[in-house]
Amino acid sequence: MIKIDLNFFATLSEYLPEKNDCYEVFEDLSVEKLITDLGVPLDTVKLIFINGKREKLSYQLKNGDRVGIFPPVGGG
Amino acid sequence: MDKILRIDVGAQGGPKAVETGLGDYKGLGGRAMTSGIISKEVPPLCHPLGEDNKLVIAPGLLSGSAAAMSGRLSVGCKSPLTGGIKEANSGGQGSQVLARLGYAAIVLEGKPSDDTLYKVIINQDGVKIEADNSLKMLGNYDVVSKIKETYGGKFSSLSIGPAGEMKLSAATIAVTDMEQRPTRHAGRGGVGAVMGSKGIKAIILDDAGCKIRKPKDPDKFKAANKEFVAGIKKHPVSGEGLPAFGTNVLTNVLNEAGGYPTNNFSSGRFEGASNISGETLAELETARGGKATHGCHTGCVIQCSGTFNDKDGKFLTKQPEYETVWAHGGNCGIDDIDAIAQIDRLDDDFGLDTIEMGATIGVAMEAGLAEFGDAQAAINLVKEAGKGTPLGRILGNGAEVTGKVFGVERIPVVKSQAMPAYDPRAVQGIGVTYATTTQGADHTAGYAVATNILGVGGDVDPLKPEGQIELSRNLQIATAAIDAAGMCLFIAFPILDQPETFQALVDILSGFSGEPVTADDVSALGKSVLKTERDFNTRAGFTSKDDRLPEYFRKEKLAPHNVTFTVSDEDLDQVFNW
Ligand code: SF4
Repeated sequence: MIKIDLNFFATLSEYLPEKNDCYEVFEDLSVEKLITDLGVPLDTVKLIFINGKREKLSYQLKNGDRVGIFPPVGGG
Repeated sequence: MDKILRIDVGAQGGPKAVETGLGDYKGLGGRAMTSGIISKEVPPLCHPLGEDNKLVIAPGLLSGSAAAMSGRLSVGCKSPLTGGIKEANSGGQGSQVLARLGYAAIVLEGKPSDDTLYKVIINQDGVKIEADNSLKMLGNYDVVSKIKETYGGKFSSLSIGPAGEMKLSAATIAVTDMEQRPTRHAGRGGVGAVMGSKGIKAIILDDAGCKIRKPKDPDKFKAANKEFVAGIKKHPVSGEGLPAFGTNVLTNVLNEAGGYPTNNFSSGRFEGASNISGETLAELETARGGKATHGCHTGCVIQCSGTFNDKDGKFLTKQPEYETVWAHGGNCGIDDIDAIAQIDRLDDDFGLDTIEMGATIGVAMEAGLAEFGDAQAAINLVKEAGKGTPLGRILGNGAEVTGKVFGVERIPVVKSQAMPAYDPRAVQGIGVTYATTTQGADHTAGYAVATNILGVGGDVDPLKPEGQIELSRNLQIATAAIDAAGMCLFIAFPILDQPETFQALVDILSGFSGEPVTADDVSALGKSVLKTERDFNTRAGFTSKDDRLPEYFRKEKLAPHNVTFTVSDEDLDQVFNW
């Protein structure tokens, strides 16, 4: 198992599990699997930031990753 | 909208108003109108606070009509902050009302003969100009209360606070919202100082008895507007994200992306971000009986704003924008949302640009005038500016002046105007816009954040130089056209992603004017505005060397990505080569 710092933002925050800042998952788990396992409908997810970079659903998680997931959002 | 109101503030016996036809300016609106008049009539080398500068206030082409989102106002002049051309854009009711009163522009010109303050009252019966020294050095909130007492009824106003009267380069022009609160501002570049230099404290607009502006081809217009609204509603950003969380939803986004300028642009992440995020703000607003969804003018269907109540549930200010929360928050190491809201109120009341003031206080903190994170010290500094103490006047003249006075090297400005809430090293596309726009560092001039960070209008890697020039160029052209139409820039989210919504906008323009309009015409309009503005700036002495970021953005690496700004100078010089 590896630990990640997981965050869901805006309307997705309701899906955030307990102990999200040192959340345990299997190594190489994909972001897609991570979020579907947590019950997040895939079509509500728009932005996936891993350590500050945009990644795709297929990204495989590494120990210590900082993961931030957003629905479509904007401003300015 | 077939007349221009010119007020000669230097006329014998006090300001005189004359109405003229549109002449050369026929068919122009918003930013195309303000930049058109400034470029043609203002000598580019004039002193921004002198006799030859003009303040032009123009509703957008579609303002005052039934077109959704069309109530944005453009205010133009030669900027006392940048020394170049300026278009400051504002929400609020002013644009709709001015358009319905039939004015395509108000132009304040000349130089007052003494320091009497005047107010201008415009309604369907005509224009009245009255001396009113009882308004001297009043804040915008008091100005509006006084207007209510004497004028009563339904009006919108444009006004300046003490900052404008003191001719500070960060001074704004306040525009009242639907609740007659002076919460919307033509914020950037010191337009309030130019209004102050003309001796006009307030412009009171009442469109009672005036009709909504009618389209030439009502069927086409109506159908296009319907499609346009549907497109706005169905896009998740304009239909859901912006209404629910407002622009401040970006705090967490930029912080995650490592592009959130913290402690005067010294890091890309802020530890206290979650305390001041849009999510936290929306929850707090609702808990205190405020509104998390609210429009700044009639006809806005996105409603990105809200109302912020204090701890006792009393109205304090409108929902502070992302840029404000950043400037007075993370950029100063402050994560106290109540303190930030209090500063937002002070800025609105004094008539100060929240972005410029937050950036300035960040620079002052770097200089050691206060500690990063000290919210009370930040509040005190803003109050100094409002009072006009010598220190306050330094601060009120912006980040560059303050940095120079206190010997700071890291001053985040382009063309002397402070950068907003996106670090150009971690969001290189917005760095291109900051560097090259005619306006001085300005995110709204070409919002590359959309495509760099938010995945709207495609994807361009924010950390690399590739693709940024073209992105910024296309956005700058589109934005100039949107600003000319009087549309709120947030329509960019749906129109970038949904071709049918862009087409609906083109059809609205065509249905309104009764002339055929194509997408190419819209792009040509944007280009012509940019060309006019570039030409003014060139004649004002700007060269390609002014289209650069401060040196330290190329030298100092920004955490967490450890990046510098890497778009080359040669590439920056290609932005306007279309
Ligand atoms: S979306 Fe926001 S800024 Fe734009 S018009 Fe509506 S309330 Fe004003």
